[in-house]
Amino acid sequence: MYQYDKYDHQMLADRVAQFRDQTARYLDGQLSDAEFLPLRLQNGLYIQRLAPMLRIAVPYGLLSSTQLRKLAFIARHYDKGYGHLTTRQNVQFNWPALEDVPDLLAHLAEVEMHAIQTSGNCIRNTTTDQFAGVAEDELEDSRAYCEIIRQWSTFHPEFAFLPRKFKIAVCGTKDDQAATQVHDIGVYLVKGHNDEVGFRILAGGGLGRTPVIGQEVFDYVEKKHLLTALEAILRVYNRHGRRDNKYKARIKILVRETGIEEFRTQVHAEWERIKDGPQTLTDEEIERCKSYFVDPAYVEAEDSPEELSQALKSNVLFNGWFQQNVRPHKKPGYAIVTACLKETGIAPGDVTDNQLDYIADLADEFSFGEVRVTHHQNIVFADVEQSKLFSFWHKLKERSLASMNLGLLTDMICCPGGDFCALANAKSIPIAESIQREFEDIEELKALGELRINISGCMNACGHHHVGNIGILGVDKKGEEFYQVSLGGSSKNEASLGKIIGPSFAQEEIPAVVRKIVNVYEAQKTTDESFLETYKRVGIDPFKEKVYAKAD
Amino acid sequence: MPKLIKNGEITQDIWTVLSEASGPEILRAVPGKNFIVPLEFWKLYREELEEYDGDISIWLDSDENVNDIDSDLSQFPLIALNFPVFSDGRSYTNARELREIMGFDGEVRAIGDVLRDQLFYMARCGFDAFQIRYDQDSEACLAAFTDFEIGYQSSIVEPVPLFRRR
Repeated sequence: MYQYDKYDHQMLADRVAQFRDQTARYLDGQLSDAEFLPLRLQNGLYIQRLAPMLRIAVPYGLLSSTQLRKLAFIARHYDKGYGHLTTRQNVQFNWPALEDVPDLLAHLAEVEMHAIQTSGNCIRNTTTDQFAGVAEDELEDSRAYCEIIRQWSTFHPEFAFLPRKFKIAVCGTKDDQAATQVHDIGVYLVKGHNDEVGFRILAGGGLGRTPVIGQEVFDYVEKKHLLTALEAILRVYNRHGRRDNKYKARIKILVRETGIEEFRTQVHAEWERIKDGPQTLTDEEIERCKSYFVDPAYVEAEDSPEELSQALKSNVLFNGWFQQNVRPHKKPGYAIVTACLKETGIAPGDVTDNQLDYIADLADEFSFGEVRVTHHQNIVFADVEQSKLFSFWHKLKERSLASMNLGLLTDMICCPGGDFCALANAKSIPIAESIQREFEDIEELKALGELRINISGCMNACGHHHVGNIGILGVDKKGEEFYQVSLGGSSKNEASLGKIIGPSFAQEEIPAVVRKIVNVYEAQKTTDESFLETYKRVGIDPFKEKVYAKAD
Repeated sequence: MPKLIKNGEITQDIWTVLSEASGPEILRAVPGKNFIVPLEFWKLYREELEEYDGDISIWLDSDENVNDIDSDLSQFPLIALNFPVFSDGRSYTNARELREIMGFDGEVRAIGDVLRDQLFYMARCGFDAFQIRYDQDSEACLAAFTDFEIGYQSSIVEPVPLFRRR
């Protein structure tokens, strides 16, 4: 992974000192609430329902075992013993005290971590495919470009006060795991006419109140032009994005109101002026960043070793977990393992201090000391030897990390919701749990296959409900919590936004509603058809009829 | 009188910023002064302003675009850019384009809601004079320019980005 040099370290040290001073001036009354607000937000600090919430950046989801142990330490000393993995591959703590945050940031800086720009109206943490570097279908490892974007966007002086938050995703694989099309900017690695790898760039995607799929602004730019192309888009947005209404301030609204043709013209005009300027990337810089993401010291091994075949035959549970949670690796003899954190009764994405330490130990023993956080709020061990999978699985099981529901109905994306978040209209964690309790039979879940349920506690859509195959949104109806259900969303290559099925439901109705939706799918599906495929073929009506049918 | 930071120190300000509500009568009433007038004012009363016996410069609000000034910018000793509220980031882009694209080498001054915690970014975008808000601590403001030793990006202060210097 990327290693800080003296410059990166200097910047973090300066940042900690700056925030220490800002916090002191705020506590001393020299800074007003309104003036402190963007300063603390750009350090990931929210004032929440119960306590401040601190969001720590995990650049493109990559964590070393040393960093995991530091997070465990922070969970133990500054929180109530747990942290939370977010849908932007970050980590949040819900209980630190405001006056402790500067110290906490100093601890993070020791392990090359920070909370810079994890909130606020600025460029946020860049995300990518959690399988970058090990996926079989990869054009090129996206992480070097994520790091280049991270450095360019960190403390960018021109774009610290944008109309609204700004999120960038990069995708280097055929199978898009990064929800790239629903980002303010989506960057795809593609091959140009000359077979050279460059970038296709979309802008104006996003979720939130007005979900939109991004549209193409650059069909192809050479690698060296990546930063000037991004800068041109940001500059047009900073100048023209709406600032009169925060709900219309995202770039997606600007693109819609300007029209994609005109927007593209403006961006290209801006780009012509800065293209080939000093921000033009050099081959040396690209190579430098790539050099941090080279293959670890793999051993030479064969696929499907004897130990693995034996274990798969002799242990049904291991076999079930293997089918669901293990993916092929580009290197023979290795496998990509996703530890699913969605045990029933545990808030999706929550992880305890002891688990964090344990994950660090497992990473050291089995996966070259690194893990990745996924935007589905799980943990990936990217480089596990196939011959060691059985013993690895045993170790995961010891600490409730071997759930075999990955990608299935109960592997839900869920925001913290009304239990923690000051913005939420409704709770979301108890909804997730009630659905998990309704669907406890793993064989049934596996028969249903890939079925994504995403839950958000309000229209800000942190739980990505628009792109859930089944989306659930908490709404406020005259002071009571209700839930709106949508069907047919997807964040994959064929990205689509869910369609609302009808009037909303009370909390206790939700498990039965999901059950009815699943029943319709089972009745309608042809062999091997996924939920999404069936939905696309039969449309929303059969689901609607069943869900709202009057009892006989 | 608002405090002005220039060349790393608190300086005596010889300029007066005219608000949008002002008109040409003030020029007749107060001869021989140095006025920073709104862009619209300058467009409307250009001839009268050119005959004025003091110095005249212009200021742009955050929703005005430096690219729309169809005139020779070098006639102005300074151009001021307004921050109606500190969280409105448009004047950063205007400053940067004034320097980078239009090659303006006079003074670029930040006016309006100019606070200590934004000064570092302003300087990197090409501002070199700062009319700080009345309640800001001058010493603390002077210290703000060294909040960070270095930055990653190309900036007006250091056009060569860090990756070309590593």
